[in-house]
Amino acid sequence: MEEIVKTIQGVPLNHYILLSAVIFSIGVVGVLTRRNAIVIFMSIELMLNAVNLLLTAFSAYSGDASGQIFVFFIMALAAAEVAVGLAIIVMIYRNTKTTDINVLNRLKW
Amino acid sequence: MNISVFYLIAFLSVFFSLMVIFAKNPVHSVIYLIITFFTFTIHYILLNAQFLAIVNFIVYMGAIMVLFLFVLMLLNLNKETEPVKSLLVKLAGVIAGMCLLVVLAGSLKAISTSAKGNPSTQEVVQNLDLGTVKYLGKVLFADFLLPFEVSSILLLSAMVGAVLLAKREKTEIS
Repeated sequence: MEEIVKTIQGVPLNHYILLSAVIFSIGVVGVLTRRNAIVIFMSIELMLNAVNLLLTAFSAYSGDASGQIFVFFIMALAAAEVAVGLAIIVMIYRNTKTTDINVLNRLKW
Repeated sequence: MNISVFYLIAFLSVFFSLMVIFAKNPVHSVIYLIITFFTFTIHYILLNAQFLAIVNFIVYMGAIMVLFLFVLMLLNLNKETEPVKSLLVKLAGVIAGMCLLVVLAGSLKAISTSAKGNPSTQEVVQNLDLGTVKYLGKVLFADFLLPFEVSSILLLSAMVGAVLLAKREKTEIS
């Protein structure tokens, strides 16, 4: 473990911020361009994970353990969110036989 | 081992997350998402956050991915039936995402050039035993005891909600 820590010590914080920004943007593009509701859920998971990585990097950078505790809570929240969201998708599929979000426009009115 | 391990893993993260949103078949998307989560686990190990690495491995690569795969298989969506959006909407989405990325990177550049001490050259990991289970457990059960208990209620309500939503209604006329 010591060797691994020595390895990472040369990486500047800015590169972690850039990596998280890139992956968050990929998640946003996925939400905007796909039509399958489950793939949109996966893109949301990507965004949550980018934020998790950034929080962990900040926590390790500032020597404060609160960031990693927050990441733990975000993971619990993501588990709850995925369970409820996938249940909603299953229910919608049972009623409309599709997960295409362009069909699910009844909430617009 | 040298510093380029981080850049290799970062490249793999970006590559596989791009594959997630560009794969046509939803099952392929799930597989690429699993690989992306695995690269995130390696990132956590590199950051010396051992507890988060294990939790990420178990919760994301285990539980959440099983949920996704089960729903995809149960709904029989594992074929390329997705109607594609029109090219204009796709192009607009990609341009909007790129604009977000440019804004984020530009603000990062503006902050890092104006800040004193130039934090971009400082190393990331400073406290070696910060991410261990022993240290995090002490913090979690001393300072964050109430949010921890509240999150158990959140998980319970999510479980009840999921069961209620996914249950087939008996009175429905079909």
